[in-house]
Amino acid sequence: MPNKVPITVTVNGRSHSAEVEPRTLLVHFLRETLNLTGTKIGCDTSQCGACVVKMNGVTVKSCTAFAVQADGAEVTTIEGLAENGNLTAVQEAFWNNHGLQCGYCTAGMIMTVTEIIERNPNPSAEEVRAGLEGNMCRCTGYNNIVRAALAAAAAGQGG
Amino acid sequence: MTTRIFGSGIRRREDPRLITGQAAYTDDIKLAGMVHAAILRSPHAHARITSINTDAAKASPGVLAVYTGADIEGVLNPIPCAWAIPDSDLKAVAYPAIASDVVRYVGDAVAVVVAENRYQAEDAMELIDVGYQPLPSIINPEAALADGAPQLHEDAPNNQAFHWVAAGGDTDAAFADAAVTVSETINQQKLIPTPMETRSAIAAWSSAMGELTLWNTTQNPHIARFVTCLVTGVGEHKIRVIAPEVGGGFGAKIAVYPWEMITAFCSMQLGVPVKWTETRSENYVATTHGRDHVEYVEMAADANGKVTAVRSVVYAGMGAYLSTAAPGIPTILHGLMYSGPYDIANIKADVYGVFTNSTPVEAYRGAGRPEATFLLERLMDKVGDAVGIDTVEVRRRNLIEPFDNNRDVAIGITYDSGNYSAALDQLLGHIGYDQFRHDQEHEREHGTLRGVGVACYCEICGLGPSQVAGAVGFGGGLWESATVRIYATGKVNVFIGTSPHGQGEETTFAQIVSDEIGVDVDDVEVVHGDTDTTPMGWGTYGSRTTVVGGAAVALTMRKLRDKARVIAAHLLEADEADIEYEDGQFFVRGARDRSQSIQDVALQANVAWNLPEGIEPGMEASTYYDPPNFSYPFGAHAAIVSVDPDNGHITLDRYVAVDDCGPQINPMIVEGQVHGGVVQGAGQALWEGAVYDDNGQLLTGTMMDYAIPRAHLVPDIEVHSTITPSPHNPLGVKGIGETGTIASTAAIYSAVMDALKPLGITGLDMPLTPERVWRAIQASGYTGNGHGHDHGHDHGHGHNH
Repeated sequence: MPNKVPITVTVNGRSHSAEVEPRTLLVHFLRETLNLTGTKIGCDTSQCGACVVKMNGVTVKSCTAFAVQADGAEVTTIEGLAENGNLTAVQEAFWNNHGLQCGYCTAGMIMTVTEIIERNPNPSAEEVRAGLEGNMCRCTGYNNIVRAALAAAAAGQGG
Repeated sequence: MTTRIFGSGIRRREDPRLITGQAAYTDDIKLAGMVHAAILRSPHAHARITSINTDAAKASPGVLAVYTGADIEGVLNPIPCAWAIPDSDLKAVAYPAIASDVVRYVGDAVAVVVAENRYQAEDAMELIDVGYQPLPSIINPEAALADGAPQLHEDAPNNQAFHWVAAGGDTDAAFADAAVTVSETINQQKLIPTPMETRSAIAAWSSAMGELTLWNTTQNPHIARFVTCLVTGVGEHKIRVIAPEVGGGFGAKIAVYPWEMITAFCSMQLGVPVKWTETRSENYVATTHGRDHVEYVEMAADANGKVTAVRSVVYAGMGAYLSTAAPGIPTILHGLMYSGPYDIANIKADVYGVFTNSTPVEAYRGAGRPEATFLLERLMDKVGDAVGIDTVEVRRRNLIEPFDNNRDVAIGITYDSGNYSAALDQLLGHIGYDQFRHDQEHEREHGTLRGVGVACYCEICGLGPSQVAGAVGFGGGLWESATVRIYATGKVNVFIGTSPHGQGEETTFAQIVSDEIGVDVDDVEVVHGDTDTTPMGWGTYGSRTTVVGGAAVALTMRKLRDKARVIAAHLLEADEADIEYEDGQFFVRGARDRSQSIQDVALQANVAWNLPEGIEPGMEASTYYDPPNFSYPFGAHAAIVSVDPDNGHITLDRYVAVDDCGPQINPMIVEGQVHGGVVQGAGQALWEGAVYDDNGQLLTGTMMDYAIPRAHLVPDIEVHSTITPSPHNPLGVKGIGETGTIASTAAIYSAVMDALKPLGITGLDMPLTPERVWRAIQASGYTGNGHGHDHGHDHGHGHNH
């Protein structure tokens, strides 16, 4: 049995301390230990982006990070976006623009689009598509995800 | 009259839980005491198992049990195939949940480990020592049928799973008399469906009650319950199947797999809940694939390009075993669609189902109809070339004239309604077809490789009349049911048998309810996906949920409206014949101030203090709806592509779709279905294909190697529609879930061939990867100046996967 390592991770503003095996993936820590199952696992080769979360302000694929790497970090998951039930502009835009169908890629998509807009508040459709290179969706053909991203950006400009 | 909610693109009711991470998919569910299973799979495509030693695995930390094929013998029955095509000599070969003597594809189950957590289960799996004696394997379905090929099943000589022929007219005579005949060899490559959620199951056995609960990522929980009963021997009334949030299916979640049966077996043995969830790499070998045809197809026409006949010989790979619905796909859903939107008097489909040492196939979005559309469109282009007329003109000369109520086609089925030329005309306007051709001439002079492809289609969906299902060997009915309950508070629950998983019927069905009975759409909640709480249904596939299930909902609402009218008349002390209904209100004719709302009536019905004689309490009704015919959506799609001669890269410049699914309940959702379908079809044309090596190893076994479309590779899809109601559907609706995929592979392929036409390249295998295209360009002697391509390229289709 591998030795366990103590870690403390702040997730969605709340501090969690746990002992984990060094090999525990961050996504498993979030899903299995903290019961934050909004973050999904869609592949095992870091391709699909369903597991994207924010760690210390930048998006990471939580299937490709160990939980021990998040020791001392601040992590935001899909569950941590809406504050007091108020959807973010990106969440609202995904809803308004039918940016999801089965919803399985959606957490990763919303996390990624949020970062795209943070980095570039007024992206072109082409820039959004380039920014989604690491996120796969099989339902939407990406059409309405791009629309949602552009709408969210426009909402941000307006407000 | 207020604005109708039917036809309104309201945002989806299901989205709030999905955009906040609150939705629960199977793998998100945890039960007290739950343990985890991991399935050990064969690394060989074909091998005899000579020994299995599980001792070390059993001793590994956290392990509760390890089971092999010997343990399930006599306990788990073989996995049944549910579509036995009649008159086809179908061989229902044994499909054991865990192989005990021979493994027949990479992914076949050999053992299962159950441990306290997933990591421990996978650790222990690596300690199982299996001795294999490799056997020769075969992947290509045509080669598998040939003499001397490695044999998969003793009771299926020459690997033939079935042989099915359908014909109408006199095809041989038509070919003999034809002014023009064209032929093509088509490799409908094997595809991996790749829903973003892999497959997963949780089984919880109650030994005290003899009850099995199965959370299962499935498109059809009631079928899963039925098959689970056959495999486990637990009574159907003691099995509860729950399809929670399901992360896409595309056909890959129709089958009832060995894996959830193994999971159930483990729970029944151990008496604790057991979860099994695939990894993606496991999904690529263990979850069903699609397509996999080698086709020899021909078309005959007169000198004007009027097509007189089409025929095929198709070798359809089934994989190593027959999955739940697999035999119906290259036959009923493929061969019967050889007329497409065209008037063709003589048709013959000759289809062999063939066992190969690969992952079993099953429906994959479009299932048979993309293959039929592709071969028709491919041959139509060739007829146009042979006769010397434009690709659009040859189609126009062959389209069936508009009809609004039933049209027989030669293969023996009856289309419900169609106006194919209207869709084509609209499409040509949107893409500016004539201008494109004009511009293209100039571009070609400068060596620019740009092309347009047009695909017309008609497809069969809305499955379907149960009588026909029985006649074609489908092992179940194809009706749908709905139960609607209006509570005393006026709120409404709709319980449906179908099981949507991304298609948005929680919204569209609420729109139907709202439209039919005038309650606010937010007062309606649609319940699905649990066999204990919903009435029987046959599942979500074949673009049937809204067509058949939606009709059941609408008819139920009309029953409730009729009942409400009787109660309203009683409450208003008026004659029932004098009661008018509008927007949720029942009025006395000529005295509109005397009214009862549906909510008023629902309250009275539920408390039953003052009901008319003979009227039962409650405001609840059910409908079991068996459609009189399938539905036949249609349309015309166009792709415009550019080919970079330096690297063979294809850019999809524009994609325009015109689809006709009848009246649209929620146009936003319809549009989304088309977007996704088109891009999936683009995947087959340009990037996707399951590639096996000569030893039957899947080389495209991860998402790094199997190329599903990404955002930067596809354009904004332009979606338009015509509206031709189905005459037999209570809502007039047809299906829309598969049309995009059905048309887009053909349209995009045709566009690439059009772009490459000046080079004399007449055909290439899919997917049209940059390497394949670049090699063809190199071989053509292309110089970039638009001149001197006088030697044609023999594309010589290989059939190697």
